[in-house]
Amino acid sequence: MNESLLRELVPAVIGVLVRRGADFASAEDAVQEALIRALDTWPDDPPRDAKGWLVAVAWRKFLDATRSEASRRGRELAVEAEPPAGPAPATDDTLRLYFLCAHPTLPPASAVALTLRAVGGLTTRQIAAAYLVPEATMAQRISRAKRRIAGLPLDQPGDLATLLRVLYLVYNEGYGGDVDLAAEAIRLTRQLVALTDEPEVAGLLALMLLHHARRASRTGPGGRLVPLREQDRSLWDTVLIAEGVTILQTALARDRLGEYQAQAAIAALHADAPSTAETDWVQIVEWYDELLRLTGSPVVRLNRAVALGEADGARAGLAALADVDPGVPRYAAVAAYLHERAGHVERAAQLYAEAAGAATSVPEQHHLTREAARVRQRLQA
Amino acid sequence: MKYLLLKHYRGGPAPVADMEPIDRWTPADVDAHMQYMRDFAARLEETGEFVDAQALAPEGTFVRSGGEGRPPVTDGPFAETKDLIAGWMVIDVESWDRALELAAELSAAPGAGGVPTDEWLEIRPFLTEAATVTE
Repeated sequence: MNESLLRELVPAVIGVLVRRGADFASAEDAVQEALIRALDTWPDDPPRDAKGWLVAVAWRKFLDATRSEASRRGRELAVEAEPPAGPAPATDDTLRLYFLCAHPTLPPASAVALTLRAVGGLTTRQIAAAYLVPEATMAQRISRAKRRIAGLPLDQPGDLATLLRVLYLVYNEGYGGDVDLAAEAIRLTRQLVALTDEPEVAGLLALMLLHHARRASRTGPGGRLVPLREQDRSLWDTVLIAEGVTILQTALARDRLGEYQAQAAIAALHADAPSTAETDWVQIVEWYDELLRLTGSPVVRLNRAVALGEADGARAGLAALADVDPGVPRYAAVAAYLHERAGHVERAAQLYAEAAGAATSVPEQHHLTREAARVRQRLQA
Repeated sequence: MKYLLLKHYRGGPAPVADMEPIDRWTPADVDAHMQYMRDFAARLEETGEFVDAQALAPEGTFVRSGGEGRPPVTDGPFAETKDLIAGWMVIDVESWDRALELAAELSAAPGAGGVPTDEWLEIRPFLTEAATVTE
Protein backbone atom coordinates (compact mmCIF):
# COMPACT_ATOMS: atom_id res chain seq x y z
CA MET A 1 0.00 0.00 0.00
CA ASN A 2 1.20 3.49 -0.79
CA GLU A 3 0.67 5.32 2.50
CA SER A 4 1.60 8.73 1.14
CA LEU A 5 -0.97 8.39 -1.66
CA LEU A 6 -3.57 7.50 0.95
CA ARG A 7 -2.65 10.54 3.03
CA GLU A 8 -2.79 12.85 0.03
CA LEU A 9 -6.43 11.89 -0.47
CA VAL A 10 -7.50 12.96 3.04
CA PRO A 11 -8.22 16.69 2.48
CA ALA A 12 -10.14 15.99 -0.74
CA VAL A 13 -12.28 13.36 1.01
CA ILE A 14 -13.04 15.79 3.86
CA GLY A 15 -14.04 18.27 1.14
CA VAL A 16 -16.46 15.79 -0.41
CA LEU A 17 -18.16 15.14 2.94
CA VAL A 18 -18.45 18.85 3.70
CA ARG A 19 -20.00 19.48 0.29
CA ARG A 20 -22.49 16.73 1.00
CA GLY A 21 -23.63 18.70 4.04
CA ALA A 22 -21.46 17.37 6.87
CA ASP A 23 -20.01 19.95 9.27
CA PHE A 24 -16.22 20.17 9.21
CA ALA A 25 -15.62 18.69 12.68
CA SER A 26 -17.74 15.57 12.05
CA ALA A 27 -16.43 15.14 8.51
CA GLU A 28 -12.85 15.31 9.74
CA ASP A 29 -13.52 12.75 12.49
CA ALA A 30 -15.21 10.41 10.01
CA VAL A 31 -12.32 10.66 7.55
CA GLN A 32 -9.79 10.02 10.34
CA GLU A 33 -11.69 6.83 11.22
CA ALA A 34 -11.78 5.78 7.58
CA LEU A 35 -8.05 6.50 7.31
CA ILE A 36 -7.27 4.29 10.31
CA ARG A 37 -9.42 1.53 8.80
CA ALA A 38 -7.61 1.92 5.47
CA LEU A 39 -4.18 1.68 7.12
CA ASP A 40 -5.41 -1.50 8.77
CA THR A 41 -7.09 -3.27 5.86
CA TRP A 42 -5.53 -2.01 2.63
CA PRO A 43 -2.25 -3.91 2.95
CA ASP A 44 -4.20 -7.19 2.62
CA ASP A 45 -7.13 -5.99 0.61
CA PRO A 46 -6.31 -2.90 -1.49
CA PRO A 47 -9.34 -1.20 -3.06
CA ARG A 48 -9.48 -0.56 -6.80
CA ASP A 49 -10.66 3.02 -6.31
CA ALA A 50 -8.85 4.39 -3.26
CA LYS A 51 -10.67 7.70 -3.10
CA GLY A 52 -14.07 6.11 -3.72
CA TRP A 53 -13.39 3.65 -0.89
CA LEU A 54 -12.40 6.43 1.52
CA VAL A 55 -15.43 8.56 0.64
CA ALA A 56 -17.81 5.61 1.05
CA VAL A 57 -16.35 4.45 4.37
CA ALA A 58 -16.05 7.98 5.78
CA TRP A 59 -19.59 8.85 4.72
CA ARG A 60 -20.90 5.70 6.43
CA LYS A 61 -18.93 6.60 9.59
CA PHE A 62 -20.37 10.10 9.44
CA LEU A 63 -23.94 8.80 9.08
CA ASP A 64 -23.43 6.33 11.95
CA ALA A 65 -22.11 9.07 14.22
CA THR A 66 -24.86 11.49 13.25
CA ARG A 67 -27.52 8.81 13.66
CA SER A 68 -26.39 7.84 17.16
CA GLU A 69 -26.14 11.51 18.07
CA ALA A 70 -29.66 12.08 16.71
CA SER A 71 -31.08 9.09 18.58
CA ARG A 72 -29.38 10.27 21.76
CA ARG A 73 -31.21 13.52 21.36
CA GLY A 74 -34.39 11.79 20.19
CA ARG A 75 -34.40 13.67 16.93
CA GLU A 76 -35.00 12.61 13.37
CA LEU A 77 -32.03 12.38 11.10
CA ALA A 78 -32.09 15.01 8.39
CA VAL A 79 -29.25 13.79 6.20
CA GLU A 80 -29.78 10.26 5.01
CA ALA A 81 -29.26 9.71 1.33
CA GLU A 82 -26.00 10.48 -0.42
CA PRO A 83 -26.53 13.86 -2.03
CA PRO A 84 -24.46 14.60 -5.11
CA ALA A 85 -21.25 16.51 -4.54
CA GLY A 86 -21.60 20.25 -5.11
CA PRO A 87 -20.08 22.12 -8.03
CA ALA A 88 -17.04 23.51 -6.18
CA PRO A 89 -13.76 22.06 -7.47
CA ALA A 90 -11.76 19.96 -5.03
CA THR A 91 -8.70 22.23 -5.16
CA ASP A 92 -10.66 25.08 -3.54
CA ASP A 93 -11.84 22.72 -0.80
CA THR A 94 -8.26 21.79 0.06
CA LEU A 95 -7.10 25.41 0.07
CA ARG A 96 -9.94 26.33 2.42
CA LEU A 97 -8.95 23.47 4.70
CA TYR A 98 -5.41 24.86 4.94
CA PHE A 99 -6.73 28.25 6.03
CA LEU A 100 -9.29 26.80 8.42
CA CYS A 101 -6.78 24.52 10.17
CA ALA A 102 -4.29 27.39 10.54
CA HIS A 103 -6.94 29.87 11.63
CA PRO A 104 -5.48 32.86 13.53
CA THR A 105 -7.79 32.22 16.51
CA LEU A 106 -6.06 28.87 17.18
CA PRO A 107 -2.98 28.54 19.40
CA PRO A 108 -0.01 27.57 17.18
CA ALA A 109 0.36 24.06 18.67
CA SER A 110 -3.32 23.33 17.96
CA ALA A 111 -3.12 24.72 14.43
CA VAL A 112 -0.10 22.51 13.76
CA ALA A 113 -1.86 19.39 15.07
CA LEU A 114 -5.07 20.04 13.16
CA THR A 115 -3.18 20.81 9.94
CA LEU A 116 -1.18 17.59 10.20
CA ARG A 117 -4.35 15.56 10.70
CA ALA A 118 -6.86 17.17 8.32
CA VAL A 119 -4.52 18.37 5.56
CA GLY A 120 -1.56 16.04 6.11
CA GLY A 121 -3.60 12.89 6.67
CA LEU A 122 -1.58 11.78 9.71
CA THR A 123 -3.23 9.82 12.48
CA THR A 124 -3.62 11.24 15.98
CA ARG A 125 -1.19 8.62 17.23
CA GLN A 126 1.51 9.67 14.75
CA ILE A 127 1.09 13.35 15.64
CA ALA A 128 1.17 12.57 19.38
CA ALA A 129 4.36 10.53 18.95
CA ALA A 130 5.95 13.30 16.89
CA TYR A 131 5.28 15.89 19.59
CA LEU A 132 5.97 13.55 22.52
CA VAL A 133 2.60 13.85 24.23
CA PRO A 134 0.06 11.10 25.06
CA GLU A 135 -2.40 10.24 22.31
CA ALA A 136 -5.36 11.22 24.52
CA THR A 137 -3.87 14.68 25.05
CA MET A 138 -3.34 15.17 21.32
CA ALA A 139 -6.87 13.95 20.56
CA GLN A 140 -8.26 16.51 22.99
CA ARG A 141 -6.08 19.26 21.58
CA ILE A 142 -7.46 18.54 18.11
CA SER A 143 -11.10 18.33 19.14
CA ARG A 144 -10.81 21.56 21.13
CA ALA A 145 -9.29 23.25 18.10
CA LYS A 146 -12.20 22.02 16.00
CA ARG A 147 -14.73 23.31 18.53
CA ARG A 148 -12.98 26.65 18.47
CA ILE A 149 -13.34 27.03 14.71
CA ALA A 150 -16.80 25.41 14.53
CA GLY A 151 -19.21 27.54 12.60
CA LEU A 152 -16.54 29.60 10.88
CA PRO A 153 -17.49 29.97 7.23
CA LEU A 154 -15.32 27.87 4.94
CA ASP A 155 -15.44 30.32 2.07
CA GLN A 156 -13.72 33.34 3.63
CA PRO A 157 -10.26 34.33 2.49
CA GLY A 158 -7.78 33.04 5.07
CA ASP A 159 -4.77 34.56 6.75
CA LEU A 160 -1.76 33.64 4.66
CA ALA A 161 0.88 34.86 7.14
CA THR A 162 -0.50 32.60 9.89
CA LEU A 163 -0.74 29.65 7.53
CA LEU A 164 2.87 30.02 6.40
CA ARG A 165 4.03 30.36 10.00
CA VAL A 166 2.24 27.10 10.90
CA LEU A 167 3.89 25.26 8.02
CA TYR A 168 7.30 26.66 8.97
CA LEU A 169 6.74 25.53 12.58
CA VAL A 170 6.13 22.00 11.33
CA TYR A 171 9.29 22.18 9.20
CA ASN A 172 11.42 23.27 12.14
CA GLU A 173 10.28 20.35 14.27
CA GLY A 174 12.45 18.05 12.13
CA TYR A 175 12.07 14.35 12.82
CA GLY A 176 9.52 13.18 15.36
CA GLY A 177 8.53 9.58 16.02
CA ASP A 178 8.19 7.70 12.73
CA VAL A 179 7.18 10.86 10.87
CA ASP A 180 9.63 13.09 9.06
CA LEU A 181 7.94 16.39 9.89
CA ALA A 182 10.33 18.45 7.80
CA ALA A 183 9.55 16.36 4.73
CA GLU A 184 5.86 16.55 5.59
CA ALA A 185 6.04 20.36 5.82
CA ILE A 186 7.71 20.45 2.40
CA ARG A 187 4.99 18.23 0.93
CA LEU A 188 2.22 20.42 2.37
CA THR A 189 3.93 23.63 1.21
CA ARG A 190 4.53 22.19 -2.25
CA GLN A 191 0.84 21.33 -2.47
CA LEU A 192 -0.04 24.85 -1.29
CA VAL A 193 2.14 26.36 -4.03
CA ALA A 194 0.04 24.46 -6.58
CA LEU A 195 -3.17 25.82 -5.03
CA THR A 196 -2.20 29.49 -4.72
CA ASP A 197 -0.54 32.24 -6.69
CA GLU A 198 1.42 33.89 -3.89
CA PRO A 199 5.17 34.48 -4.26
CA GLU A 200 5.58 34.19 -0.48
CA VAL A 201 4.30 30.59 -0.55
CA ALA A 202 6.91 29.83 -3.20
CA GLY A 203 9.44 31.71 -1.06
CA LEU A 204 8.69 29.49 1.93
CA LEU A 205 8.97 26.35 -0.22
CA ALA A 206 12.32 27.55 -1.59
CA LEU A 207 13.53 28.29 1.94
CA MET A 208 12.55 24.82 3.16
CA LEU A 209 14.18 23.10 0.17
CA LEU A 210 17.41 25.07 0.58
CA HIS A 211 17.57 24.27 4.30
CA HIS A 212 16.62 20.66 3.67
CA ALA A 213 19.38 20.31 1.08
CA ARG A 214 21.92 20.87 3.85
CA ARG A 215 20.29 18.60 6.41
CA ALA A 216 22.79 15.73 6.14
CA SER A 217 25.71 18.05 6.85
CA ARG A 218 24.07 19.86 9.75
CA THR A 219 24.49 17.06 12.29
CA GLY A 220 27.57 15.07 13.10
CA PRO A 221 28.09 11.87 15.10
CA GLY A 222 25.56 11.43 17.92
CA GLY A 223 23.35 14.20 16.59
CA ARG A 224 26.03 16.83 17.23
CA LEU A 225 25.24 20.20 15.67
CA VAL A 226 27.70 21.21 12.95
CA PRO A 227 27.79 24.97 12.28
CA LEU A 228 27.61 26.16 8.69
CA ARG A 229 31.30 27.09 8.49
CA GLU A 230 32.32 23.51 9.39
CA GLN A 231 29.78 21.66 7.26
CA ASP A 232 30.97 19.17 4.65
CA ARG A 233 29.55 20.89 1.59
CA SER A 234 29.93 17.77 -0.55
CA LEU A 235 26.99 16.37 1.44
CA TRP A 236 24.68 19.13 0.26
CA ASP A 237 21.88 17.92 -2.01
CA THR A 238 22.52 19.78 -5.27
CA VAL A 239 19.22 18.68 -6.82
CA LEU A 240 17.22 20.23 -3.96
CA ILE A 241 19.39 23.36 -4.10
CA ALA A 242 18.78 23.74 -7.84
CA GLU A 243 15.06 23.30 -7.35
CA GLY A 244 14.97 25.78 -4.47
CA VAL A 245 16.92 28.38 -6.43
CA THR A 246 14.67 28.02 -9.48
CA ILE A 247 11.50 28.39 -7.38
CA LEU A 248 13.00 31.40 -5.60
CA GLN A 249 14.03 33.14 -8.83
CA THR A 250 10.55 32.73 -10.28
CA ALA A 251 9.04 34.13 -7.08
CA LEU A 252 11.44 37.09 -6.92
CA ALA A 253 10.66 37.95 -10.55
CA ARG A 254 7.08 38.70 -9.47
CA ASP A 255 8.49 41.69 -7.59
CA ARG A 256 6.42 41.18 -4.45
CA LEU A 257 9.12 40.59 -1.89
CA GLY A 258 8.28 39.10 1.49
CA GLU A 259 10.18 37.72 4.47
CA TYR A 260 10.30 34.12 3.27
CA GLN A 261 11.66 35.10 -0.14
CA ALA A 262 14.30 37.23 1.55
CA GLN A 263 15.27 34.39 3.90
CA ALA A 264 15.39 31.99 0.98
CA ALA A 265 17.65 34.42 -0.88
CA ILE A 266 20.09 34.32 2.04
CA ALA A 267 19.91 30.51 2.14
CA ALA A 268 20.52 30.43 -1.63
CA LEU A 269 23.67 32.55 -1.29
CA HIS A 270 24.99 30.13 1.33
CA ALA A 271 24.06 27.14 -0.84
CA ASP A 272 25.89 28.68 -3.77
CA ALA A 273 29.20 29.19 -1.94
CA PRO A 274 32.04 26.64 -1.96
CA SER A 275 33.17 27.76 1.53
CA THR A 276 32.48 30.35 4.25
CA ALA A 277 35.37 32.45 2.98
CA GLU A 278 34.03 32.44 -0.58
CA THR A 279 30.49 33.37 0.50
CA ASP A 280 29.05 36.63 -0.82
CA TRP A 281 28.61 38.14 2.64
CA VAL A 282 28.10 41.65 1.28
CA GLN A 283 25.01 40.53 -0.59
CA ILE A 284 23.85 38.57 2.45
CA VAL A 285 24.05 41.73 4.56
CA GLU A 286 21.95 43.52 1.93
CA TRP A 287 19.31 40.81 2.15
CA TYR A 288 19.32 41.11 5.95
CA ASP A 289 18.72 44.85 5.49
CA GLU A 290 15.68 44.01 3.32
CA LEU A 291 14.53 41.47 5.87
CA LEU A 292 14.89 43.99 8.69
CA ARG A 293 12.87 46.51 6.69
CA LEU A 294 10.15 43.87 6.15
CA THR A 295 9.96 42.46 9.67
CA GLY A 296 11.73 44.80 12.11
CA SER A 297 12.58 41.58 13.95
CA PRO A 298 15.29 41.69 16.65
CA VAL A 299 16.30 38.14 15.62
CA VAL A 300 17.02 39.41 12.11
CA ARG A 301 19.06 42.25 13.61
CA LEU A 302 21.10 39.66 15.51
CA ASN A 303 21.74 37.50 12.43
CA ARG A 304 22.62 40.63 10.46
CA ALA A 305 25.38 41.33 12.99
CA VAL A 306 26.88 37.89 12.24
CA ALA A 307 26.78 38.51 8.50
CA LEU A 308 28.29 41.96 8.94
CA GLY A 309 31.04 40.40 11.05
CA GLU A 310 31.91 38.17 8.08
CA ALA A 311 31.60 40.93 5.48
CA ASP A 312 33.44 43.76 7.27
CA GLY A 313 35.25 42.02 10.11
CA ALA A 314 34.45 41.08 13.70
CA ARG A 315 34.68 44.67 14.96
CA ALA A 316 31.96 45.78 12.55
CA GLY A 317 29.89 42.81 13.70
CA LEU A 318 30.34 43.79 17.35
CA ALA A 319 29.40 47.39 16.53
CA ALA A 320 26.18 46.12 14.91
CA LEU A 321 25.56 43.89 17.92
CA ALA A 322 25.49 46.98 20.14
CA ASP A 323 22.11 47.85 18.54
CA VAL A 324 20.62 44.44 19.37
CA ASP A 325 18.52 43.80 22.46
CA PRO A 326 20.58 41.42 24.67
CA GLY A 327 17.34 39.64 25.60
CA VAL A 328 17.05 38.13 22.10
CA PRO A 329 17.52 34.33 22.08
CA ARG A 330 21.06 33.30 21.02
CA TYR A 331 22.44 36.78 21.72
CA ALA A 332 25.21 35.40 23.95
CA ALA A 333 26.15 32.76 21.35
CA VAL A 334 26.54 35.40 18.63
CA ALA A 335 28.46 37.71 20.97
CA ALA A 336 30.78 34.84 21.89
CA TYR A 337 31.50 34.07 18.22
CA LEU A 338 32.21 37.71 17.32
CA HIS A 339 34.36 38.31 20.41
CA GLU A 340 36.49 35.25 19.67
CA ARG A 341 37.01 36.46 16.10
CA ALA A 342 37.95 39.89 17.43
CA GLY A 343 40.60 38.24 19.59
CA HIS A 344 38.81 38.65 22.93
CA VAL A 345 39.28 35.00 23.84
CA GLU A 346 38.65 35.30 27.58
CA ARG A 347 35.39 37.19 27.00
CA ALA A 348 34.38 34.62 24.34
CA ALA A 349 34.90 31.73 26.77
CA GLN A 350 32.65 33.40 29.35
CA LEU A 351 30.01 34.20 26.74
CA TYR A 352 29.95 30.66 25.31
CA ALA A 353 29.39 29.24 28.81
CA GLU A 354 26.61 31.79 29.33
CA ALA A 355 25.12 30.90 25.92
CA ALA A 356 25.11 27.19 26.78
CA GLY A 357 23.13 28.00 29.92
CA ALA A 358 20.56 29.89 27.85
CA ALA A 359 20.20 27.26 25.09
CA THR A 360 16.68 25.93 24.54
CA SER A 361 17.52 22.66 22.77
CA VAL A 362 19.75 19.71 23.61
CA PRO A 363 21.87 19.89 20.41
CA GLU A 364 22.40 23.64 20.87
CA GLN A 365 23.36 23.25 24.51
CA HIS A 366 25.81 20.48 23.63
CA HIS A 367 27.34 22.52 20.80
CA LEU A 368 27.76 25.67 22.89
CA THR A 369 29.25 23.74 25.80
CA ARG A 370 31.83 22.27 23.40
CA GLU A 371 32.58 25.73 22.04
CA ALA A 372 33.07 27.03 25.58
CA ALA A 373 35.46 24.15 26.28
CA ARG A 374 37.34 24.70 23.00
CA VAL A 375 37.86 28.42 23.67
CA ARG A 376 38.85 27.69 27.29
CA GLN A 377 41.55 25.33 25.96
CA ARG A 378 42.77 28.02 23.58
CA LEU A 379 43.20 30.28 26.60
CA GLN A 380 45.30 27.70 28.43
CA ALA A 381 47.44 26.85 25.40
CA MET B 1 6.56 24.16 25.25
CA LYS B 2 6.97 21.51 27.88
CA TYR B 3 7.55 22.26 31.54
CA LEU B 4 8.30 20.06 34.53
CA LEU B 5 6.43 20.84 37.73
CA LEU B 6 8.31 19.37 40.67
CA LYS B 7 6.71 18.75 44.02
CA HIS B 8 9.07 18.44 46.99
CA TYR B 9 8.61 16.61 50.26
CA ARG B 10 11.06 19.12 51.68
CA GLY B 11 13.51 21.71 50.49
CA GLY B 12 12.75 24.88 48.55
CA PRO B 13 11.72 28.23 50.03
CA ALA B 14 10.14 28.38 53.49
CA PRO B 15 6.45 27.44 53.43
CA VAL B 16 4.02 30.39 53.60
CA ALA B 17 2.11 28.81 56.45
CA ASP B 18 2.96 26.14 58.97
CA MET B 19 1.46 22.99 57.58
CA GLU B 20 0.85 19.75 59.43
CA PRO B 21 2.56 16.83 57.66
CA ILE B 22 0.04 14.88 55.58
CA ASP B 23 0.03 11.89 57.95
CA ARG B 24 -1.54 14.12 60.61
CA TRP B 25 -4.46 15.15 58.38
CA THR B 26 -7.85 13.44 58.56
CA PRO B 27 -8.32 10.60 56.04
CA ALA B 28 -10.99 12.68 54.33
CA ASP B 29 -8.52 15.55 53.87
CA VAL B 30 -5.94 13.15 52.44
CA ASP B 31 -8.55 11.82 49.99
CA ALA B 32 -9.56 15.34 49.00
CA HIS B 33 -5.91 16.25 48.37
CA MET B 34 -5.36 13.21 46.13
CA GLN B 35 -8.63 13.75 44.30
CA TYR B 36 -7.64 17.35 43.59
CA MET B 37 -4.43 16.15 41.90
CA ARG B 38 -6.32 13.56 39.83
CA ASP B 39 -8.97 16.09 38.79
CA PHE B 40 -6.27 18.57 37.88
CA ALA B 41 -4.52 16.01 35.63
CA ALA B 42 -7.82 14.97 34.05
CA ARG B 43 -8.67 18.60 33.30
CA LEU B 44 -5.29 19.12 31.66
CA GLU B 45 -5.84 16.08 29.50
CA GLU B 46 -9.08 17.66 28.33
CA THR B 47 -7.36 20.93 27.49
CA GLY B 48 -4.68 19.04 25.56
CA GLU B 49 -1.92 20.12 27.97
CA PHE B 50 -1.19 16.97 29.98
CA VAL B 51 1.95 14.95 29.27
CA ASP B 52 2.91 12.91 32.31
CA ALA B 53 2.63 12.65 36.09
CA GLN B 54 4.46 10.49 38.58
CA ALA B 55 4.64 10.26 42.35
CA LEU B 56 7.81 9.05 44.05
CA ALA B 57 8.39 7.19 47.29
CA PRO B 58 10.42 9.16 49.84
CA GLU B 59 12.84 6.25 50.30
CA GLY B 60 15.85 5.98 48.07
CA THR B 61 19.55 6.47 48.07
CA PHE B 62 22.39 8.15 46.23
CA VAL B 63 24.45 5.78 44.13
CA ARG B 64 27.60 5.98 42.05
CA SER B 65 29.99 3.74 40.19
CA GLY B 66 32.58 2.13 42.47
CA GLY B 67 35.02 1.69 39.59
CA GLU B 68 35.40 -1.06 37.04
CA GLY B 69 34.67 -4.54 38.43
CA ARG B 70 33.55 -3.10 41.77
CA PRO B 71 30.00 -2.97 43.13
CA PRO B 72 28.07 0.32 43.06
CA VAL B 73 28.66 2.62 46.02
CA THR B 74 25.57 3.91 47.79
CA ASP B 75 25.06 6.79 50.18
CA GLY B 76 21.71 6.71 51.91
CA PRO B 77 19.07 6.87 53.14
CA PHE B 78 18.75 10.58 52.42
CA ALA B 79 19.78 12.99 55.14
CA GLU B 80 16.93 14.85 56.85
CA THR B 81 18.17 18.14 55.44
CA LYS B 82 18.22 17.03 51.82
CA ASP B 83 15.86 18.55 49.28
CA LEU B 84 13.53 15.63 48.49
CA ILE B 85 11.41 15.29 45.38
CA ALA B 86 7.89 13.90 45.92
CA GLY B 87 6.79 13.68 42.31
CA TRP B 88 6.33 15.54 39.07
CA MET B 89 3.92 16.57 36.42
CA VAL B 90 4.88 17.42 32.85
CA ILE B 91 2.70 19.88 30.96
CA ASP B 92 2.81 21.07 27.34
CA VAL B 93 1.50 24.65 27.14
CA GLU B 94 1.56 27.72 24.93
CA SER B 95 3.51 30.01 27.22
CA TRP B 96 5.52 30.46 30.41
CA ASP B 97 2.62 32.46 31.87
CA ARG B 98 0.23 29.58 31.29
CA ALA B 99 2.72 27.21 32.94
CA LEU B 100 2.90 29.49 36.00
CA GLU B 101 -0.88 29.75 36.13
CA LEU B 102 -1.28 25.96 36.11
CA ALA B 103 1.48 25.41 38.65
CA ALA B 104 -0.18 27.91 40.98
CA GLU B 105 -3.46 26.10 40.58
CA LEU B 106 -1.81 22.79 41.44
CA SER B 107 -0.14 24.39 44.45
CA ALA B 108 -3.55 25.35 45.82
CA ALA B 109 -4.44 21.68 46.45
CA PRO B 110 -6.45 21.41 49.69
CA GLY B 111 -4.60 20.44 52.86
CA ALA B 112 -5.71 19.90 56.46
CA GLY B 113 -9.27 21.15 56.98
CA GLY B 114 -9.59 21.82 53.25
CA VAL B 115 -7.35 24.89 53.48
CA PRO B 116 -5.19 25.29 50.34
CA THR B 117 -1.63 24.18 51.03
CA ASP B 118 -0.17 26.86 48.70
CA GLU B 119 3.00 24.79 48.76
CA TRP B 120 6.04 25.78 46.67
CA LEU B 121 6.38 23.92 43.39
CA GLU B 122 9.49 24.03 41.28
CA ILE B 123 9.00 24.72 37.58
CA ARG B 124 11.59 24.00 34.87
CA PRO B 125 11.44 24.33 31.08
CA PHE B 126 12.35 21.29 28.96
CA LEU B 127 15.17 21.57 26.49
CA THR B 128 13.79 20.60 23.08
CA GLU B 129 15.27 17.85 20.92
CA ALA B 130 15.13 19.80 17.66
CA ALA B 131 17.47 22.73 17.12
CA THR B 132 15.97 25.44 14.93
CA VAL B 133 17.97 26.09 11.78
CA THR B 134 19.69 29.37 12.52
CA GLU B 135 22.25 29.87 9.77
